Amino acid sequence: MDIPYTVEERSDTGLFNAKLGIWLFLASEVMLFGGLFSAYIFLRFGAPDGAFHEWGQELNIPLATLNTLILISSSVTMVMSWASLKLQDIKKYKLYMGLTLLCALGFLVIKYLEYTAKFDHHIFPSTNTFFAIYFTLTGLHGLHIIGGMIVLFYLWIPGRKMWESQPAQFTNRIEIAGLYWHFVDLVWIFLFPVLYLL
Amino acid sequence: MSSYTHHDESFYRKYIWSTDHKIIGLQYGFTALFFLLVGFTLMMIMRWQLAYPESPVPLVGSIFWEDGILLPEIYNSLGAMHGTIMIFLGIVPLAVGAFGNYLVPLQIGAPDMAFPKLNAASYWSYFVGGIIMMSSFFTAEGAARSGWTSYPPLSVIEVGQTLWLIGMIFLITSSLLGSINIITTIVQLRAPGMSWMRLPFFVWSQFVTSFLLVLAFPPLEAAAVLQLMDRVAGTSFFLPSGLVVSGEILNVSGGGSPLLWQHLFWFLAHPEVYVLILPAMGIVSEVIANNTRKPLWGYKSLVFAVVFLGFMSFIVWAHHMFITGMGTTMSAFFQTTTMIISIPSVIILSALFISLWGASIRFNTPMLFALAFLPMFGIGGLTGLPLGFAASDIYLHDTYYVIGHFHYVVAPGTIFGLFAGIYYWYPKMTGRQMNKFLGKLHFWPSLIFMNGIFMPMFIQGLAGVSRRLWDGGLEYAHASGVLQWNEFMSISAWLLGLAQLPFIFNVFYSMKFGEKVGKNPWDSTTLEWTAPSPPLPHVNFEKIPEVYREAYEYSVPGRKRDFTPQTVPKKG
Repeated sequence: MDIPYTVEERSDTGLFNAKLGIWLFLASEVMLFGGLFSAYIFLRFGAPDGAFHEWGQELNIPLATLNTLILISSSVTMVMSWASLKLQDIKKYKLYMGLTLLCALGFLVIKYLEYTAKFDHHIFPSTNTFFAIYFTLTGLHGLHIIGGMIVLFYLWIPGRKMWESQPAQFTNRIEIAGLYWHFVDLVWIFLFPVLYLL
Repeated sequence: MSSYTHHDESFYRKYIWSTDHKIIGLQYGFTALFFLLVGFTLMMIMRWQLAYPESPVPLVGSIFWEDGILLPEIYNSLGAMHGTIMIFLGIVPLAVGAFGNYLVPLQIGAPDMAFPKLNAASYWSYFVGGIIMMSSFFTAEGAARSGWTSYPPLSVIEVGQTLWLIGMIFLITSSLLGSINIITTIVQLRAPGMSWMRLPFFVWSQFVTSFLLVLAFPPLEAAAVLQLMDRVAGTSFFLPSGLVVSGEILNVSGGGSPLLWQHLFWFLAHPEVYVLILPAMGIVSEVIANNTRKPLWGYKSLVFAVVFLGFMSFIVWAHHMFITGMGTTMSAFFQTTTMIISIPSVIILSALFISLWGASIRFNTPMLFALAFLPMFGIGGLTGLPLGFAASDIYLHDTYYVIGHFHYVVAPGTIFGLFAGIYYWYPKMTGRQMNKFLGKLHFWPSLIFMNGIFMPMFIQGLAGVSRRLWDGGLEYAHASGVLQWNEFMSISAWLLGLAQLPFIFNVFYSMKFGEKVGKNPWDSTTLEWTAPSPPLPHVNFEKIPEVYREAYEYSVPGRKRDFTPQTVPKKG
């Protein structure tokens, strides 16, 4: 007896299992980052007037803007890879998934440059509470990018053989991986103004 | 997936790296029971120091410590780890990991959990978390010693906390995977005809519990990450500037706030209280409906009450923080929500009491535990009210009164509920009944000694004895009138330990020699009793059941039998 609704939708809920699972997971992620954002607010209110803004001047806004664009592009290519599978076009899928991974890599490289620039200027998490929360939030976000890349890479090359045997389930996998990827993108969309611009 | 259902599996595949929800449930169950014993043992050691301060601890003292005397720092470690182990390694894994895993798919008529591999990952993450927690005892620094609440600045500057935090991150991950799995299973895998209002109340309790775990645990994970940063990366999330420790200003960057931790911690830890109690309420409801041979009184009110309770539990957390000086407006808000949240608990408890009215009750072992749960949880709940009001809490805060209150909720409350569940579903898990005499030998002394431990705590607490005192309050004049209770409580604790021996023996003895039973030894209505005992590996049922009725059709007038299983079609 197989577990029902792994591929097809249950008629009264309109969901397949993994889709509900990933939404629940994302709900918990919202609470995780919500906890950290509330820590940010708490610390900002506790800091001397204007201190957070002043400390934030050290950050490199052009690089972060570029990173925002890269990450948004990766979300677009992620959707395109899923759409390609829906159109039965595995070649296009490979291309778009590859591009998504490339964007993710680009994001990490830029983040690495930002981090090392900070370290060169002797700015560390222990410098002040702004950089404490900056490194924690962006570090945790970076870990989410890396975790996502591992999954996407698996789906790009080794996991792709599932396309031949169970195309519908494989397409579902890309969809839920995509939902996660968009979430990670969305977190950055919040991080960028909160950390760099405010 | 055809590979999923094949039956001739190797020993390791079947019992160790299993993806079958029943095996994983049992893995959770045995691991959690083991940890409950460990956590209790720590407390039995601590109670020696409280009863006979600074005299060598017999049996274990000379093995671990010079002179055999329990030193203050070790006492703190044992206290912190007692709380941590009992809650995060004992009760939650037993209530949600074991009972939730084993019973939810069976009660909704599913072949397994929605994500079997995730289920196994959840167990192993818990296991690793447990190993990390236990291994902290054997490091040079020793285990965490800042209480299970880990309040900074103490937790940031005190040794042993790093492993605690890493262990917690594993345990939180485990809970997260497990609860996502349970919710998805309940939403997606209900058998045909199993509508929401036909679900057994136990399933509802697991459903709400899992939502609490999904939404309340991540902020603690965030807090654990921040505290870890404070400890290893030199940040000062929780350390204010100019903090003086042992007469010297601490060399930290400063600017943080210890209150931030308290907010993040209690945002989890208050819902956590309901994570501890709701599964037990679910179990008790099943046992009471079955042994009163009546439908649960007010099933729908129970369901709405438990959903409302789950929602409210997110906005009461700061009632743990009345003495932090957060202001009267905040206090007024949180004491109002706290009084409101007591309403659904009272609804649930009242409905269970009314269910007993006029019933011809079967007093078997699970029912005894379920019946004891009601007044014990009642005491725990009612003694919580003075703590929910800021005015009375300021006096009672951090005294033994608090300890008495929450132990009544979780020890003779939740743990009795869990015992009821073990005795009730043991025949389903093994195909054999547990020994009845040993069951009574377990129940009666446990009931008496539980009260022997926790009732005097109210007396001590009202006299103003603080919790977490290594000498039990010896150096305080105001405590001198109530300290004679310490010995009484300690002896009760050790006798309670003794009273668990019949249970431990019974679990193993009855596996081999218990009375054999069929599918439905308790004449019950819910779906798990239509599966074989034990249910078939991986698929549970011979055929996925169809559901035609509500969960508790007991003693319906005019029917031949006094129970009608949910699978019996309605006539006409």
